[in-house]
Amino acid sequence: MTDKQPSKKPKISPKKTPMREQPPEERVNNYDEVPFGYSIEEAVTEAKRCLQCKKPLCVQGCPVEIDICEFIGFIAEKKFKEGIVKLKEKNILPAICGRVCPQEEQCEKQCILGKKNEPVAIGRLERFLADWERNRGEIEIPPKHRPTGKKVVVVGAGPAGITVAADLVKLGHKVDMFEALHKPGGVLVYGIPEFRLPKAIVFKEIDYLKKLGVNLYTDTVIGMIKSIDELLSEYDAVFLGTGAGLPWFLNVPGENLNGVYSANEYLTRANLMKAYLFPKYKTPIIKGRRVATVGGGNVAMDCARTALRLGAEESILVYRRAREQMPAREEEIHHAEQEGVIFKLLSNPAAFRGDKNGWVKEAECITMKLGEPDDSGRRRPVPVEGANFRLPIDVVIIAIGNSPNPLIPSTTKDIEVSKWGTIITDPQTGKTSKKGVFAGGDVATGAATVILAMGAGKIAARGIHEYLKTSNW
Amino acid sequence: MDKNEIIEKEQIAPNIHSCTVDAPGIAKKALPGQFVIVIPDEYSERVPVTIADWDAEKGYVTIIFLEIGASTQRLAELNTGDDIYSFTGPLGKPFEIENFGTVALVGGCYGIGGIYRAAKTLKENGNKVICFSEARSKFLLYWNKKLEEVADEVRYSTVDGSLGSKGHSFDLLEDNLKSGEHFDRIMAVGCTFMMYRVARVTKPFGVKTIVSMNPVMIDGTGMCGACRLVVEGETKFACVDGPHFDAHKIDWNIVSDRRKAYLEEEIISKER
Repeated sequence: MTDKQPSKKPKISPKKTPMREQPPEERVNNYDEVPFGYSIEEAVTEAKRCLQCKKPLCVQGCPVEIDICEFIGFIAEKKFKEGIVKLKEKNILPAICGRVCPQEEQCEKQCILGKKNEPVAIGRLERFLADWERNRGEIEIPPKHRPTGKKVVVVGAGPAGITVAADLVKLGHKVDMFEALHKPGGVLVYGIPEFRLPKAIVFKEIDYLKKLGVNLYTDTVIGMIKSIDELLSEYDAVFLGTGAGLPWFLNVPGENLNGVYSANEYLTRANLMKAYLFPKYKTPIIKGRRVATVGGGNVAMDCARTALRLGAEESILVYRRAREQMPAREEEIHHAEQEGVIFKLLSNPAAFRGDKNGWVKEAECITMKLGEPDDSGRRRPVPVEGANFRLPIDVVIIAIGNSPNPLIPSTTKDIEVSKWGTIITDPQTGKTSKKGVFAGGDVATGAATVILAMGAGKIAARGIHEYLKTSNW
Repeated sequence: MDKNEIIEKEQIAPNIHSCTVDAPGIAKKALPGQFVIVIPDEYSERVPVTIADWDAEKGYVTIIFLEIGASTQRLAELNTGDDIYSFTGPLGKPFEIENFGTVALVGGCYGIGGIYRAAKTLKENGNKVICFSEARSKFLLYWNKKLEEVADEVRYSTVDGSLGSKGHSFDLLEDNLKSGEHFDRIMAVGCTFMMYRVARVTKPFGVKTIVSMNPVMIDGTGMCGACRLVVEGETKFACVDGPHFDAHKIDWNIVSDRRKAYLEEEIISKER
């Protein structure tokens, strides 16, 4: 089939093939996904921009080491089936990573094309293949190794746990997975909104995991219904991927007024409990006319954009540094701006005040300016004397970060935890201080990204496999 | 994952239901004062409910709940043989139980069931156990016999005076304290108003009083902070730090305001 005519090399477009999306004025009125994804033609066009480097740098930028050049090569040849198989060898969740990975800081940052022009749209192509397979309805199940007779338990059905489970079940180990909530997916389901990551896609990917042979048990809070020691008596190894589920608050007066939410609560109500479909779904959410979200990360953008979709007249993002210091992805900031989120930068709430019934009605904010860089290398925000201002609002969402959920460390004496509450692990293997117990993802690193959790899952899966083979600790 | 099949269900008083669920994992681990999160069907809220009783051998867990909002109404509609969509636990810290001496357990509404296993375990630990069971009227009381079997004494109060003393349990408790009766510890389970009033009654007598808080919750594992309350000036999460707190250290104004956050929505959600 290689009788192609040697043709003159076409000029490579300097820009990524654009991805069509819902116009901002339309999408703020619905919960549907914003970008539509590539058509076959668009995907092939974009795939042909790839230089197919001999020593691809993009792969080095990928936390899960996807053979990026190869799968893009298959798309360029319209061999989509081969492409998705190649992709899934390394990444169990391509439909999700294609949507929520910060590619601009990872694979696409390394792309040679990106030195002078825009890099290849690797994320969009990844998404395209995953969507192509899902829409086609035929999912390839890869061949499995012979059963090893070893049993592994994965605690937490989020990105880290899903990756560990998939890698280990493919190697022939028996894998049971426990999830505390009533639906699997972790942050993919309770946190990331539908308009950024449709839940049907997440559940499809989890179906795939079950088809691989993973046994999933929801509604199971490890640390309460079973201790880690009990798990160790039933399984050969334990993986903890329990995430960063303890919300931080500002610790300022008025934070317990009605109408003040943690980002976790706000997003869990909206996403996991589908409060945007209230009253069909019975979990309520206070919609608010003027909603303030405090923070500048991806979660803050998700909250501010959710508020608009719930009908807020004004969704105001209050962030203590400047736009350049925001930890959110550029794409998320851009989408929020397009949709009309108001950015109140260099501002920080010092107190919230309520009405006589205990409902929040205004935030007292301090104006900040940027001082010397702090430990994170970003310029530290310092208050400007006498420049306080009042912001009338009726809902506040605190989106300033999370610590690991302490439920397991607090019920497991011999697991070492850092002063930040993260479980201490060996970065090469995911081993914790307790024999047979591994950990990875946000519970070990503190709140980070989906793909970093998956990367940690890959490492831990290798560590666990090695341990199961050798019993060396 | 258990199927959470309903083994037995009964309306034990108007609007108050007892529901026994096949949940062996939870039955094996439950301790007095812990709770479960129940989701009757996929549209419902996650509802925290105190575990009233359990049988570790049979693998059964019994909850008592008040039919009040759309989700508990849905739960009330389920019948023996039905599977509950989601039933998670045990959650929260159990009651602190040791030999205190004489303990008063105050239960109202679902809390009459909520004090039963605490009474039993306290008795087994050598305490003299006096239960205070309250309702508006005699026909709203339940589990009288069960409580009488495990406690040294059960004192009833009804608002209409149809059984026991006329008034609330906290009125009776106050009379008892004033007349010089000594309690080493008091524990209360029931509606916020009742627990608050118990706290107010016992404070001047300096008796350590533990209440079982029942704020709005979502995950029940410390993830969202919906259930936060202020104890001695510090924010606590009822789901993981509690649900039991020293009643004299709680900021009751915040508790009361936060209870009312979704009153309007509760009404809307019932109009399916």
